Amino acid sequence: MKYVLLICGDESAAEHADEGCGGWSEKMAERGVLRGGAGLRPPSDATTLRVREGEVLLSDGPFAESKEQLGGFCLIECADLDEAIEIAAAHPAAAYGTIEIRPLIDL
Amino acid sequence: MTPPVEAAVDRAFREEWGQVVATLIRWTGDWDLAEECAQDAFALALRTWRRDGVPRRPGAWLTTAARNRAVDLLRREATGAAKLREVAGVLRIEDAAGGDEPGVPDDRLRLIFTCCHPALALEARVALTLRTLAGLGTTEIARAFLVGEQAMAKRLARAKQKIRHAGIPYRVPPAHLLPERLPAVLAVLYLLFNEGYSATAGADLVRHDLADEAIRLARVLVRLMPDEPEAAGLLALMLLHHARRAARLDEAGDLVVLEDQERGLWDAGQIAEGVALLDGTLRRGRPGPYQVQAAIAACHATAARPEDTDWAQIAVLYARLSRLVPSPVVELNRAVAVGMAYGPAAGLALVDALRETGALAGYHLLPAARADLLRRLGRTAEAADAYREAAGLAATDAERRYLARRLAALG
Repeated sequence: MKYVLLICGDESAAEHADEGCGGWSEKMAERGVLRGGAGLRPPSDATTLRVREGEVLLSDGPFAESKEQLGGFCLIECADLDEAIEIAAAHPAAAYGTIEIRPLIDL
Repeated sequence: MTPPVEAAVDRAFREEWGQVVATLIRWTGDWDLAEECAQDAFALALRTWRRDGVPRRPGAWLTTAARNRAVDLLRREATGAAKLREVAGVLRIEDAAGGDEPGVPDDRLRLIFTCCHPALALEARVALTLRTLAGLGTTEIARAFLVGEQAMAKRLARAKQKIRHAGIPYRVPPAHLLPERLPAVLAVLYLLFNEGYSATAGADLVRHDLADEAIRLARVLVRLMPDEPEAAGLLALMLLHHARRAARLDEAGDLVVLEDQERGLWDAGQIAEGVALLDGTLRRGRPGPYQVQAAIAACHATAARPEDTDWAQIAVLYARLSRLVPSPVVELNRAVAVGMAYGPAAGLALVDALRETGALAGYHLLPAARADLLRRLGRTAEAADAYREAAGLAATDAERRYLARRLAALG
């Protein structure tokens, strides 16, 4: 099964932005479950786009004004949800933010 | 009288439904198909057993019938062909192994853990456990939880879909996950039990069956996991509460508090079973919240008269429970026990300290307990106020009537 781990946090999570993953990525890559991922620049650097009737509409900032913002994501591949939970729980961001585990659409 | 074949199918349904569904899910990986085939197998049993007699091992007969039905259904659909090869492969291996092998986890155990996976919402876990493991119909479950049938059908469908799409594994969690997963299973069973147990006579009778279902499922769990003291503790707790069910309500459907209950109505057999189970499990020396609660229930259940109750021991047990699972409700119960063991003033001091914290604001049992202690201290006017406050907060008619009676008795 493939899952994306959506790493979310409130403003205070920004302090951790430059900390990296404390060896998590290396460990998971070695284990063979990490397929990709990245940390994201803060929402203040985001641009939101829509195309309506052929016109490109842009706005500054993130799509959703919410406390919890997406701060990064990882693509993993593992046996089942239990393994995904274990992988996500080992991520340092789980200790200060939240991690949403989303299965990918199976094509 | 029910004809013997109907009775046999009925009994088989209670005893074997969960096992048949659980096995079919493992073979096919398809929850809906498993339920459908189990249903068909029971319908077939009703016809065939009438003609040929009840088989020696009804469970094995039903599992085979359901399996044949699954093979039939899969053969009919194009996408079933690949699935069928998988199923056939599993079956060959199992037939060769001769089935009931020791050390192979019971399929029902996989089913319990999957239904109660913490990635599912609590209400979905409860509904799914009742549907797939206990074999209750969607209509019955909807009635028991006072929701519409369609809403319940949707809840069940959504839960099954999540299991499939999110990759919730169909297995008993490995040992290192058990400490966090077993409590989720026990919580579902206890919630089921309480839903049934706290139902009053005015409410739907279906809810009473929930307590029986919960006990039946807990028995299965204890049989399957004999080394888990908390599973046995939960079963003991349920038995000790359930033993008192006949004495809990009077003819008018009003609540009868413990000290006023007709103890002759208590189910002595169930109490003895609960106590024996608890003693055996406490000897393992791994106490947990359910065992401690069962020990408290045992103190009540084994007192021949209310005045024989060992309140000092109960106060100690509540203090212990408070350390295991800190909660203001547990503290309130401890205060009541202290009030019984060491006098109302000692109890009131604890209740008032708890009241100061505001943690139980809006909970009717706090003013009710206070009222009782004030009454015993002769502070009648304050007791009356507290009873009135409690009545204003109580959720059910039976509780309000009880509090009104206590208020009237103050004179």
